Amino acid sequence: MVNLIWLVMLATGIIVAAMTGRIDTVTTSAMKAAELGVEVAIELIGVMSLWLGLMRLAEEAGFIRLVARLFGPAIRRLFPSLKPESPALGAIIMNLSANVLGLGNAATPFGLKAMQELQKENPNPEVASPAMITFLALNTSCITLVPATIIGVRLKANSLNPTEIIGTTIFATGCAMTVAILADFIFRHRQRRRP
Amino acid sequence: MSIIAEISRWAIPLLLLLIPVLAYLRKVPVYESFVAGAEDGFKTGVRILPFLIGMLVSIRVFIDSGALDLLARLLAPVFNYFGLDSNLTAIIPLAILRPLSGSGALGVATQLINQYGPDSLIGRLASTLQGSTDTTFFVLTVYFGSVGIRKYRYALKVGLLADLVGLIASIWIVHRVFS
Repeated sequence: MVNLIWLVMLATGIIVAAMTGRIDTVTTSAMKAAELGVEVAIELIGVMSLWLGLMRLAEEAGFIRLVARLFGPAIRRLFPSLKPESPALGAIIMNLSANVLGLGNAATPFGLKAMQELQKENPNPEVASPAMITFLALNTSCITLVPATIIGVRLKANSLNPTEIIGTTIFATGCAMTVAILADFIFRHRQRRRP
Repeated sequence: MSIIAEISRWAIPLLLLLIPVLAYLRKVPVYESFVAGAEDGFKTGVRILPFLIGMLVSIRVFIDSGALDLLARLLAPVFNYFGLDSNLTAIIPLAILRPLSGSGALGVATQLINQYGPDSLIGRLASTLQGSTDTTFFVLTVYFGSVGIRKYRYALKVGLLADLVGLIASIWIVHRVFS
């Protein structure tokens, strides 16, 4: 499915550009996007290193285990396949907390770390494990209490009430998150029953 | 709300202070452990690079060629069926783009907010949509890619279903609260 979406976006883009006489756009866009990819990755290396360094400290000080034990019971219910002392739980909790607080910068390193920990417990390293899928379902639909970026944009555009969209945003995310958890649960059980 | 905003503002400085101090009190060699952990940052960055580039190129070509706007126009009747007023169709490119690209969607949302005004219905809908869903497709490819997963199983279905629900909920609640 990913292969297909990737190909369809690229191919329809090129075909539409060709039909509208803007074929040059394809060349510049593709090159620029490739450069941007490197920029994003390099920026991420800096932030990743910072947070992974801090994460190591937190691990060695027993902080991550403490966090996992505090929030573990609730989170563990969503991840029945994980061992109760799994180091992935700590990273998952840190990632979700960063998401809730709108700290996208910190969320990504914790998220990638969580994936690495989940991969260690994955019996088939090329196939997504149920715990990974649950984690990504939570991660991509997670509630953000303060959508800081968009509030900033509204502020700059002279909104009379930049924060008035917080309520509607939380409502919409809440719906999305509920459906993500339910859908994940249903799919997980349906797949398990299949031989 | 200002309390939550304050928490967001203080969270990182406090973590930067508390974790090293706590670790030091636990006799962890703080600087050496930090550096040892930070080493993985480079490896992870390099590992996700091809996935970033692959996705960004495809998405950028799709947007810049005008294919996105074309798709938006084709999908307008579907969106209207789901309760979107026909004078709000300007929002559709954002709705399509949101799961694909974070920076792309933010660009479109910013443009909509500036063009129609932040306190217009479109401005409020764009704000809600931008804040309420994540770049599912992008996150999935990069996160799975970073650990070498090739078969996503039902992950994309779950994520995109949640995005669709987020979209419908955004349209419904914005209509309900603001109009």
